[in-house]
Amino acid sequence: MSSVSNNKIIKWVDDRLPIISMMQHSAVEYPTPKNLSYWWNFGSLAGLVLVIMILSGLFLAMNYAANTGLAFLSVERIMRDVNYGWLIRYIHANGASMFFIVVYLHIVRGFYYGSYKPPREILWWLGLIIMLVMMGTAFMGYVLPWGQMSFWGATVITNLFSAIPLVGEHIVTWLWGGFSVDNPTLNRFFALHFLLPFVLVGIVVLHVWALHTVKSNNPLGIDMKGPQDSLPFHPYYTVKDLFGVGVFMMFFMAFVFWAPNFLGHPDNYIPANPMVTPAHIVPEWYFLPFYAILRAVPDKLGGVLLMFGAIVILAAMPWLDTSKVRSCTFRPIYKWFVMLFIADCVLLGYIGGKPAEEPYILIGQFATAWYFIHLLIVTPLVGWLEKPRPLPESISAAVTKKEAV
Amino acid sequence: MRKFLIAAFAAVGFSAIASAPVMASGGTETLLEKQAWTWQGVFGHYDKPQLRRGLQVYREVCAACHSLNLVRYRNLMEIGLTEEEVKAYAAQFEYQDGFDDAGEPKIRPGLPADALKAPFPNEKAARAANGGALPPDLSLMAKARPNGPDYLYTLLTAYRDPPAGFHLMDGMSYNPAFPGNQIGMPQMIFDETVTYADGASNERHAISRDVVAFLNWAAEPELEARKSLGLKVMLFLAVFTALFYALKRQIWKRVEH
Repeated sequence: MSSVSNNKIIKWVDDRLPIISMMQHSAVEYPTPKNLSYWWNFGSLAGLVLVIMILSGLFLAMNYAANTGLAFLSVERIMRDVNYGWLIRYIHANGASMFFIVVYLHIVRGFYYGSYKPPREILWWLGLIIMLVMMGTAFMGYVLPWGQMSFWGATVITNLFSAIPLVGEHIVTWLWGGFSVDNPTLNRFFALHFLLPFVLVGIVVLHVWALHTVKSNNPLGIDMKGPQDSLPFHPYYTVKDLFGVGVFMMFFMAFVFWAPNFLGHPDNYIPANPMVTPAHIVPEWYFLPFYAILRAVPDKLGGVLLMFGAIVILAAMPWLDTSKVRSCTFRPIYKWFVMLFIADCVLLGYIGGKPAEEPYILIGQFATAWYFIHLLIVTPLVGWLEKPRPLPESISAAVTKKEAV
Repeated sequence: MRKFLIAAFAAVGFSAIASAPVMASGGTETLLEKQAWTWQGVFGHYDKPQLRRGLQVYREVCAACHSLNLVRYRNLMEIGLTEEEVKAYAAQFEYQDGFDDAGEPKIRPGLPADALKAPFPNEKAARAANGGALPPDLSLMAKARPNGPDYLYTLLTAYRDPPAGFHLMDGMSYNPAFPGNQIGMPQMIFDETVTYADGASNERHAISRDVVAFLNWAAEPELEARKSLGLKVMLFLAVFTALFYALKRQIWKRVEH
């Protein structure tokens, strides 16, 4: 904690609360593998979207009324009468989709390069918890405009808990605060939707703390062995992340300004009506793979268990994957299975958006089966049987060799 | 097998809700005729004279049954009505505004800040006047249906005689654009249904396009501001991104990679 600065005031503060030297240590000097690809941009982007969501959400909350008689109209008032209200709302609504796009790509990255393997297990778990909390937050946020999809989505998803034996019905009544989705439900969803993002911030701090303890993985999946393998985070990765922010913001803003309702559902511009059920109740796109798994099982409890199981099982990846090698770059067989698995998740997403009729039911069942076969059978088996390609000696050796070629 | 599957999905609750109407409506495809609209695309904008013609259609035809609750008279200045025209339009209608000193409802003429006057005081009255059917509010209709503007245009223009063997219920009209292909609203727009002061075509397809344009404005009054701000934001981001890309190349030159 010696001299972070020659400035006396900064030094005085830092001697008492070493916040400056902590930032210096973890955001400036932090040693980062020198070979990170653009796949490593999505973590910082996820952090950025979380900040954008909290800020835009705060201004929405100032104008929103969490009451079944007012909610829909208050959202339209934001759209029409609040200065730039349409911008704030479209940023927030599309921001939810952007959050999931970025986080799903972040997870795919970790999946392909084995970022869940020792010593990054807790880092991986914290990431999964972040995803679960995000899902809960997004679900409750979608209920708030109190359109048709809000109401019926809330009815359907909360009803899932009634599958729990014995206490299921009681739990659902308790969640609703009554005997159907109604004003008490909307009130508590609003309260929780405001709270959970700050819980997310807390878990993100833990996630980054764990990351800075075990350091970043990299496309080669081998550890940094010395200063020749790493670069200080600043300026190398700050500038690379900022370039990524620019590209991402153009993608994000293209939706906000030119296709703000493309990712939404038209039915949510119809005020909620408990007497009229929409022809198709479809969750937001980011839930569709899980929705497909839920519907693949011809039993309510089984479907619910399988759906939650699909996420929980990911926590066991550090042990399901028996290979000693982290990165798929050096795994000639498993590499293709990972790509097939990702394609399977995309297929599940497609099926989740289709009506429950043939051939979608059957395809959904096969895709669900493959999801679990891949994780429970293929992953351990390939790890044992596959002969990985030789790993490079070090990151710096691999980097300079590539340059020579 | 089919019965088993249906039962299975009934257990999952909403899947059953989602699937039943699909199966029931199997075979009634809906018609959709895509149109070119002025507000589409990155540089999209409204055609103000067209919006005013659409307002005229709404006032003379649609407003007999359909409300437009989210639009206020003052908003009509955005499509080129003068303040005097807006005031005169609002003043045609009576609004209840609180109570007088005797506790009687106080009635006053409409003001620019009021929402357009709804044709019926409540849902029951609307249903009673329309054979049990409820004419929906049109404020968000262009956003509340898939392919909103194209759907509305097709719906307004696709009325025809039902095909042989089609069972049309009492008081319903055949319309291939509507889910189920029969609709409570009779055909309302014909050639020369309205007469435009600006001499624009009042052929029924032209009238329909005008009123759809107006309804799209009612649903997305922010559209022009949104698209023009979008261009500026995008230009800024392009410069921002290019600068950081150049800076990134510059900084990474220092390392062998």
